[in-house]
Parts: sequence; structure tokens; C-alpha cells
Amino acid sequence: MIRESTLNAALLILLLAVPLAALLLDEPFIITLATRAVIFAIAGVGLNLALGFGGLVSLGHAAFFGIGGYAMGILAYHAQTFTPIMEWPFVIQGTKAMPVIWLTAVVASAIAALGIGVLSLRTTGIYFIMITLAFGQMLFFFTISWPAYGGEDGLSIYVRNGFAGLNTMDPITFFAICYGLLLAVLWLVSRIARSPFGLALGAARQNEARIQAVGQRPFTLYLVAFTISGAITGLAGALFADLNRFVSPTMFSWQTSGEIMVFVILGGVGRVFGPVAGAAMFIFLEHVLGGLSEFWHIYLGAILLGIVLFARGGLIGLVSGREVADD
Amino acid sequence: MPLLLLIEQILNGLQFGVMLFLMAAGLTLVFGVMGLINLAHGSLYMIGAFAAAATAAATGSFLLALVASLTAAAIAGVIVEMTVMRRLYDRDHLDQVLATFALILIFSEGTRWLFGSFPLYLDTPGWLSGSTVLPFGITYPKYRLAIILVGLAVAMGLFAMIARTRIGIQIRAGENDRETVGALGVNIARLYTLVFALGAALAGFAGALIGAIQSVQVGMGEPVLILAFVVIVIGGIGSIKGAFVGAILVGLTDTLGRSLLPVLFGLFMDTSSATTIGSSLASMSIYILMAAVLIFRPRGLFGTA
Repeated sequence: MIRESTLNAALLILLLAVPLAALLLDEPFIITLATRAVIFAIAGVGLNLALGFGGLVSLGHAAFFGIGGYAMGILAYHAQTFTPIMEWPFVIQGTKAMPVIWLTAVVASAIAALGIGVLSLRTTGIYFIMITLAFGQMLFFFTISWPAYGGEDGLSIYVRNGFAGLNTMDPITFFAICYGLLLAVLWLVSRIARSPFGLALGAARQNEARIQAVGQRPFTLYLVAFTISGAITGLAGALFADLNRFVSPTMFSWQTSGEIMVFVILGGVGRVFGPVAGAAMFIFLEHVLGGLSEFWHIYLGAILLGIVLFARGGLIGLVSGREVADD
Repeated sequence: MPLLLLIEQILNGLQFGVMLFLMAAGLTLVFGVMGLINLAHGSLYMIGAFAAAATAAATGSFLLALVASLTAAAIAGVIVEMTVMRRLYDRDHLDQVLATFALILIFSEGTRWLFGSFPLYLDTPGWLSGSTVLPFGITYPKYRLAIILVGLAVAMGLFAMIARTRIGIQIRAGENDRETVGALGVNIARLYTLVFALGAALAGFAGALIGAIQSVQVGMGEPVLILAFVVIVIGGIGSIKGAFVGAILVGLTDTLGRSLLPVLFGLFMDTSSATTIGSSLASMSIYILMAAVLIFRPRGLFGTA
């Protein structure tokens, strides 16, 4: 059995080594795959904060993923058509600058998560799963039927957004940007998990009555966790849209929520690095099984089923021999 | 909007509602009795529709197709219950969501592998095609009317079964306290398999009935599944009465929203933006309804605390 910290470091090195090797072998497609894995990992790390640490099973994180995507799509669309987003009471122009887009995506999805959280956290258990699903579906159908930004067809962005001094169209450069953000997010979440807030959140998940008895409000703890969680997933959405240079209502679909949840559970719930392992594994399986058979979803489904039924701590739990994450 | 058109829309809403009830009944029973969230319920709906389409193509008989849909879905339900679901009853909701999500992948791709990606068609039988004239001069398609009647009959049969038969008593007792029921000599494992098969058969039946209106294709189950979840959450999970009220409410809200909201917005804005705003609001309406119900009654309309 391998120590979990060694395993986490190995995971990060592997995730960096694969695209570097691909660069040497001149395989840009592999670099794109690795970038997808990194972006999905960010989305999963975001969901894990609510799901793993707070015990909030959200089947609506596609809402934040999509909001991040559309934040990028709308800003870049206005920049490429040279039309202002709004003219009154003050003029807001579109932009192609990544940092501004990221900030917009994070703020917009945080606000949405705050609003959805306030309403959804009145419920618990399966009702919470379903009400988050309902909010995701609301946004999905809204984007499909709202024609201003492409409706069902989505929005295409011709040139990837820029980052001062870097050529973002170069696959490895864009990978490096996403990888840097993943490291930042991992650092943030591991800090949060060890902070007094994170400890209180974990305690609220395990025993609400006790955390109330020591004077903390579980509702506030959950709401803050849900908001940060949504914001991180929103950032991943903006990056995903930039990777494809395309946004569409599919980003809001409930299958997207399901997939983000798969990354988290596949890797190991409540472990900071779990979603990284899960997303990398998912992309790897998608690539390998997709090459073997047209009907690769059958194998993916069978593997997922096997992991749920027989490997209860996810991949990291399986390799490190510990079913339950530390907390 | 003319009154006749409105009545027709209400009937359409009712038809949609009873279909949703057939889906939601199984889902809510399985959750109520076994505490299981089954995302793969939509796959059973799809299996029923495909079995019906294949049987109708082979034999030409619509009634045989319906029997095939019930049988195929029930058999699939029994197999899934005995191999997978059984291991999930004691797990938390998260594991159940993921495992049944995995089952969706397996069922959808398996069906695509067997039948291909092109949609199949299931024709309505000759004796149910065309329209009929209802009182007050309303003309309405015979097939849709038949769906409403069959759906209501199944609903009544289900209520009677739950309220009056021995198996119904066992189901209700199982919802309340499974250990005691087991201690009293009821074979819990068999009861669970039976409930699951019943829910699966209802879902498959709904799939076959709807398959004759829409096309039969892979992935047809998931949109209905989500709606069925909306229904049982609105009604209160585990309550058959709640599922019925929720289904009719969702069916009417969706159908009437789509036809009335654009007209309503047209009263105070120009037609094109009224259509845009009205139809986008209509497509969100049932989710708004569900969120509103949960915000004011966090356990649904008929849910128990």
C-alpha cells in the first residue's frame, strides 16, 4: 500500500509528464486530452468541496460549469463582434483577456451558487439532490430557448482568448495555464479543508446537532462551502469553453452534472486529490475504451459499477488501502 | 384563446400527466419501500418501448406489443434488482446515484448495439387511429384518449392494490419498518424484487404507450426520468397519492404553460418577444414549480416529516 501523499504527488507529476512526453513525440491531441483532464479535475475539486467535505450531494453543478462557460462565451462574443454587452447606465465592452473572463466566471457562478444554495439548503437528502437538479435543468432549458446567444446551437468563438505575453493557441501553453490553475485550486481547497471553517464543515456533515451545540450554524457553513464550490466549478467551465472555443447548452445538461460527480466518486469522495485521479482516469478510459469499441460506454458503465460496488474509497482509497478519507 | 382549444390542451396535459404517473409510481414505490434512488428507471421505460416496437414489427399486433413491453421491462427489472440493486439498499444516496448512472450507460449503449442508432417506429393500431367526438363538440385523437383512460385505470388499480390487498399491506408495512415486517415472516428479499418488477413493468408499459406517439430511440428515457423525479419530489417521495397529484400538476403546467404563456405575454408586449419570453419561461415552468414547492414544503406536498 502506498501513502496517500506520495500517491497525490505521483498523480500530479504524471499529469504533467504525459503532455510533456506528447510534446516531444509531437502528439498535440494527447496534450488536448490532458488539458481536458485537468479542467475536469478543477470542476471535480469544486464539487468535492460541497459533496465530499460538506456532504451536499449536488446533481446541479452543471449550472455553475455552464455559467462559467457562458461568461466566457458572452464576453468573447461581444469582443469578436465589437458590440458592447450593455450601453446603459454605463457601457460594458466584451473582452478576450483570460484573467477578466476567469474573474467574471468565478463571480457569476459564485452569485448563482449563493442564490441556489440559499433556496436548496432548506431541503436535505434526496430532496436536495433533486432541487439542485431542478435548478440545473432550469438553466439548461433557459439557454436552449433564449435566442440572444445562439440558443440551442451555442456560440462559437473563433480565436482562443489571450493571456498577456503568452500564445494561448499553442496547446502546451494552454495546458500549462490550466495546470497552474489546478494547482492553485488544490492549494486553496486543501487550505480550506484544514482551516477552522473546513473542520467545522466536516463536523456539520457528521453530526449537525453537535455543531449547533457548540454555537455554529450548519446552514451558514453549508452555504459558504456550496458557494465556493460553485465558483471553482464555474472557473472550470470558463476554461472548458476556452479549450473548445465553443459553448452550448450541453454544458448545463444533467449528464454534465452526473459526469462531474463521477470524477469525484471515481477518485474518492472527500479527498482533496480524489477528483484529479477520477478525471484523469475518466479521460484515460474514454480514450482507451473509445479506441477499442464504438460502444465503449458499456465498459465505462461496468467499470463504474464495479468501483461503486466493490471499491468504496474510490481509486485513491483502493491504492492507498484506506476506505475513508482523513477528517 | 378559444375555449375548445383550451379544453384540448387540458386533455393533452392530462394525457402527459397520466403517462408521468406510470413512470413516477414505480420510482416512488422503490424509493418509499427500499430507500433507493433509481436513475436507471428511464432505461426500463426505453426497454419497454423497444420491446414493443420489435414485437409490433414482428407480429403486427399492438396488444402483443404491449404485453411484450410489460414482460421485457419486468424481466429486466428482476435481473437488475437481483444483481445490482440489492447491494445498494444499505448504501448512501451518492453510491446509488452513481451505480444507477452506470446502469444507464450500460443499458443505453447495449440497446444501441442491439438496435442501432436510428429511431424505430411503433404505429398506433387501426382501431385507435383517427379522432373521436367528445361531448360539447370537442374532437380529440382516440389514441390519446385511450392513454388517459388506461392511465387512470392503472392508477385506480394501483391505489386498490396498495390499500386493499395483502401485498399492498406488506408494501406499506415495508415502508414503515422493514425489520419488523421481516420478523413477522414476510420474505423481504422477495417483496423487494416484486416491488421493483412492478415499477419496472409500469415504466415499460408507459414507454410502449408513448412510443406510439413519439419515436422509439436510445436516450428516450432520460428526459422522462427527470420529469418523473420532479413529479415524485413535488408529490412527496414514497407517496402514491403524491405521485398522482404531482404527475397531473406537472403535465398540466407543462402543456398549458407552453400554449398559454406566449399568449399571456402577448397581452402587454409585441408578438415576437412574447413568443421568446413565453416559451423560454414555459420550458422552465415545471422546474420553477418544483423549486417553489420544495421551498415552501421541503418534503413535497404529501411527504411525511
